[in-house]
Formats: sequence, C-alpha cells, structure tokens
Amino acid sequence: MSEFEPKVVAFVCNWCTYAGADLTGTSRIRYASNVKIIRFPCTGRIDFMLLLKSFANGADGIIVSGCHPNDCHYTSGNFHAKRRWIMFKELMDFMGIDMNRITFSWVSAAEGARWAEVVNTTVARIRELGPYVSYKQMVNTAVEEEVTND
Amino acid sequence: MINLVSRADELLESKAVQVVIGYEAGSTGKARPAFITDPSKTGSLIFDDRCVQNLAVYLTKKEVRYFGKAAIVATLPIMRSIMMLISEQQVFAENIVVLGVSAEGKYIDIAGIEVMQQYIATCDLGNPAKDQETLAMLNKMSTQQKFDFWQKELSKCIKCYACRQACPMCYCTRCAVECNQPQWIPVQSNLHGNTDWHILRAMHLAGRCISCGECGRACPVNIPCHLLTMHMADQVHNYFNVYAGTTDKMSSVMSTFEPNDKESFIQ
Repeated sequence: MSEFEPKVVAFVCNWCTYAGADLTGTSRIRYASNVKIIRFPCTGRIDFMLLLKSFANGADGIIVSGCHPNDCHYTSGNFHAKRRWIMFKELMDFMGIDMNRITFSWVSAAEGARWAEVVNTTVARIRELGPYVSYKQMVNTAVEEEVTND
Repeated sequence: MINLVSRADELLESKAVQVVIGYEAGSTGKARPAFITDPSKTGSLIFDDRCVQNLAVYLTKKEVRYFGKAAIVATLPIMRSIMMLISEQQVFAENIVVLGVSAEGKYIDIAGIEVMQQYIATCDLGNPAKDQETLAMLNKMSTQQKFDFWQKELSKCIKCYACRQACPMCYCTRCAVECNQPQWIPVQSNLHGNTDWHILRAMHLAGRCISCGECGRACPVNIPCHLLTMHMADQVHNYFNVYAGTTDKMSSVMSTFEPNDKESFIQ
C-alpha cells in the first residue's frame, strides 16, 4: 500500500490569504502540494456546512484562513467569522469531531512564507493523524445503506 | 391557580385579548396546550408539574395569530422565548399579555416588558441542574468517546424534525434543511444526514437557545439533542457573557462581534 497522502482543503479569503498564497508561488517557496485552495470573497462567507461537506467528500484536513483582525477588506467579515469559528469549534469539540484536523489562521497578502508554513505544519499534522477514518466510516455507512435500500 | 384563571377570564371578558394560550388536562394524564377564546371556558386552565411545554412556539404560528392578541401562560423559559421573539421582531410586545408563573408555580403579575425583564434578571439563567450534570459528564470524555456517544444517539434520529417544530426559536418558514440548491443536508435519515442536521440546528441556535429543553422532550426517539443547544448556550455565556432572552432588545450574538473576542486556536 502506498504511503498516505493527506487531502487538505483550504478555504481562503480573496483579499489576504489568496494573495498571500499567490506571493508564496511568485517567491518560489516550495510547500506541500496536498492542499486544494478554494477562494472565497471573505472569511465571513465561509459557512460551517462547507467544512462538513469537505470532510464528507474525503478531506482529511481543512485550513480556514483570512485577513488579520482589523485588516478585513469589508471591515468586519473576519470578526464575524471569528465568532462563528469560536462557536463551531466548541460544538465540534462537544460532538467529538477532531478539531486538530482544522487549522484556523490569519495570513495577510504579504505573508507568502507564512502561508507555506501554515500549509506545511497542517499537512505534517494530518500525516501524523492519518486518514479521517471515523468520519469517512460514518459517511460510507450512510452510502452503503442507500445502496442496499435501492 | 385561581389567579391565573380569574386573570384569563378578565382579559377575555374585557376583550383585551382574543385568545389565552395555556395548559389544560389532556386525556392521557398529561397536560396539553389549550387555546381558550371563550371566557366561560377559562376554568379548564391548569398549572402543575406536568406543564412543561414551551408555549411560546405558538406565538409565531399563523393559526394562533389569526385569533388576534394573545395572553400566554409563561414560566421563565417561555418568558425568555418571548423576549427573543420580540428581539428578533417575530412578535410585537403590544400583541402579547404575559400571565407569569414562578418556578414554584405561583401566579406573578407581569404588567409589561419592563416587569418581565426585571423578573428574568432575578432568575438563574443557566441550564437546568440535571442537564448541567450530563453536560459536565460529556465534557470529561475523550474526543473518540464523545464521537461514539453522539454517533450512537444520532443513529436513532428519524429526521422527523420534531426538535425544530417544538422550538420557539426555529420559526423560519424555509429552513436550511429544506433547501436543495445546494443540498446542505443529505435528505435521508442516515448517520451522515442526521449528524449534519444536528450540527446545523445547534449552530443556528447558538446565542438564541434559551435552555428550555423542549427539543429533547419533543424527540420521539429520545435523542438528548437539547444538550447540543444547551452546550452552545453555555459557551455563548462563557465567551461572550450573554444569556439569550434577557431583554426585548437583544442583539444577535452570531451577527455581532467585539474586536477583542477571546480565542486561542486561530494561528
């Protein structure tokens, strides 16, 4: 069996982290290729259901990243996001969904090197944790049930 | 409950309200909600230990609104629900008369929103003691244990949405679970769909749950789903120092923010 390659989905905001990730590329900084970046207008747009959807569709880890507090392009989107993630984290902890698999970070458009670091540390952590078996099992049982019902 | 009955009688007689929402004895020894429009029938109103249902859920229902102004028998959770509904502009204070009942089952005269606010301020707004115990027990478990516990509980869910229907705060005419563009929640009542639904419900009630526990009581398969929203209520108080339903001008916790909200997990 080949070595486990983590699948990591990154939800990033258009104005800071996406531009930051762009800078990582133009600065020729090498970083883990396991990450799939999805661009959003703002961290305030990132619905918690999207995170659950990525786990359901096979992600092993998630990165959510946007502008530093006070740097939001829309003034307050990241503050709203912050409150949402505080509550989301508490709920996930309570329901036993592993929050070590989700990285929340602030990466500005000037922090190309920092983006590489965030991705690398997340991918290394997920590699250690292994595939998210328990969540996948939950989804797979659901799919199997559906097939047998048909 | 002589006071309750006489007050209801008085309100209906003087046509100050058109309907009194309260409890009456049901046929199976349980109490059931009563909608009394005729002053001669107020005698059937009761209040005892069996009267636990959150009646505020009816205030937003079309069929009840049709009557006109309503008087509602209200214990603390119901008063808090009314406060939230007024804050979220789902009902108007001038259309409601509150017939207060204290924790000991005594009639209290609630002359207006200010009086209700003062009464709520004197009460303990935390979760009920027995739920607090369960919450503390759950919080002590490891991540995998919690996951297994909730998977076992949620596997029972039949997606009847009784938890949603019983909740006074779940008044949306079009719930996110019914949206299929995109399909946020798998429709089937399988483990995946059930888990997603309960996460969505708890998140949408964060900062709005008034800890009445009605969702858990309404559940036909006894999922303690009220623990999810009660945990959120606990955490909202812990992080933002807010209890839902304390005033009629509550700002929504999840759509406001403080620049210095404390957290320790964002890198």
